[in-house]
Amino acid sequence: MIPTIPQSRGFRLIYGGYVLLFFLYLALPLTVVAVFAFNDSQFPSLPWEGFTWNWFFGEDRPQIGVFHERGILRAVGTSAFVAACVALLSVCVGTTNAFLFNRYEFRGKGLLYVLMLLPLVIPGIVLGISILVFSSTLANGIWDLAQMDIQALRPGLLLVILGQFSFITTIATLVITARLQKFDRTLEEAALNLGATRLVAVRTITIPFLMPAMIGAVVVAFLMSFENFNTTLMLVGSDAPLTIAMFDRLKEGSTPLLNAVSLLLMLGSSLLALVVILFQRR
Amino acid sequence: MRAHTRIGFILLLTPLVLWLGLLIIIPHIDMFLISIRERISFGVYETSLAQYEKALTEPLYLRTFWRTAVMSVLATAITLVIAFPVSYYIAKMAKGRLQQVLFMLCLIPFYVSELVRTFGWMILLRETGLVSNLLQWAGLADQPVEMLYNDAAMMVGLVYTSMLFMVVPLVTTLESLDDSVIEAGYDLGGSGLSVLREIIVPHAMPGIVSGCIVVFMLSLGNYLTPTMLGGKDSLWFTEMIYNQFIVRSNWELGAAFGFMLLVLSSVIVWGMLRLTGRTLQETMG
Repeated sequence: MIPTIPQSRGFRLIYGGYVLLFFLYLALPLTVVAVFAFNDSQFPSLPWEGFTWNWFFGEDRPQIGVFHERGILRAVGTSAFVAACVALLSVCVGTTNAFLFNRYEFRGKGLLYVLMLLPLVIPGIVLGISILVFSSTLANGIWDLAQMDIQALRPGLLLVILGQFSFITTIATLVITARLQKFDRTLEEAALNLGATRLVAVRTITIPFLMPAMIGAVVVAFLMSFENFNTTLMLVGSDAPLTIAMFDRLKEGSTPLLNAVSLLLMLGSSLLALVVILFQRR
Repeated sequence: MRAHTRIGFILLLTPLVLWLGLLIIIPHIDMFLISIRERISFGVYETSLAQYEKALTEPLYLRTFWRTAVMSVLATAITLVIAFPVSYYIAKMAKGRLQQVLFMLCLIPFYVSELVRTFGWMILLRETGLVSNLLQWAGLADQPVEMLYNDAAMMVGLVYTSMLFMVVPLVTTLESLDDSVIEAGYDLGGSGLSVLREIIVPHAMPGIVSGCIVVFMLSLGNYLTPTMLGGKDSLWFTEMIYNQFIVRSNWELGAAFGFMLLVLSSVIVWGMLRLTGRTLQETMG
């Protein structure tokens, strides 16, 4: 079943047809979401009532567009803030983790490495509730001890950030470790021989080498955080990030406004993905 | 270790320990402690296994638990069966540019939020949706057909959502299989089927295992797809956790459910690794 092995025409046709069907299946839901963003109707479904930009730029009821819909805009801002915090934090910790596992031999290293991987195999909802439970235990303990109510430990943005950080860090660690393993240690030794201190050598030689992986990890972390649903759902307070805000609206019944938001999301994330690919190629 | 590397070591170890300790290990211990207590009266708790007893004796809870497990295994199997020929095509049949383009096309849908993907399936499958209209137009149905809110719709969504996590590891392992090995299989008189069974599948095993583990985990822990696409009978275990925590504020029972889900997923992942003699590091790292 490789090109050099002759196969009957019928088999090749069926196989090619199957692959084609598969890609149709992949494209179908996204295509309909995108197309119905332009439907001049209250519902993202047939019949097609004609083409309109109103779901993006409309200013009047009932067709208020994305760019004039306060709730959605605020949710986008919240999501971006959360995602930026998560990306920054997880790449910092991911980098220190990568150095730790790459440069040091110590007892319990294998165990620690497995622990580091664990967040990937814990369901997102369970991660969310465990952090919810612990932060509330902490808040109640502080209240009992000092009669202080720490609002930050109640469901809200801080917990959302910590919850997402808890598993995205693993991914950042893996991405950065993979690049650090390819690093030629003799380059660093050369810097040391030339009189650099250890810190200077790492800063001027190793970190620039790691930069593509670190930027890749920032983008991946940002996207994962922006799209996260399960963990966020359990930890969210009154400021809803975009996915939660969209979910709430979707439950009430949808208008093409949601299609318009989705289309913008698709464009945004493909653009980011493209930037990463171009950056990595350079 | 010399003094300065010792300081460096401690500096690097601290964030790791804080992260794993405060956000993973201690919260899970705390969740376990909550799950083994019972509320006697206001603010008074007693250690007991009452929550687990409730979870294991109430038919609805138990049924949902097993249903979620079985459906997740089924979703994983379907994903594997659909993804394998496609991955093989991308890895072995397509060449050069086409190969790259097909691989990229597989990745694109997953840069988009799961919510958007689920929303797409809702538009397609609902009563006023595209598929229903298509069926009426083709004369196969004489009135709108509701295709949402049942197990089949949910399965379509689950398989769609986790497809990427099967295709990528499969393509990666299949690409490393040398063409000449397959040719040798044919030269030695193997048929297409025996080459597939004795050469291709064994070689792809690492990819199959890691793909299956990730897809299973994602299906088991999914909340959106069962909620939005599944019907009243397709209650998912994660929905029960959410209901206990957020709707009923019964944290004790919710924590017990959470712990059961964690144990179930660990057992199945461990079993899969054990069966194939692989470690978590090889599979995930």
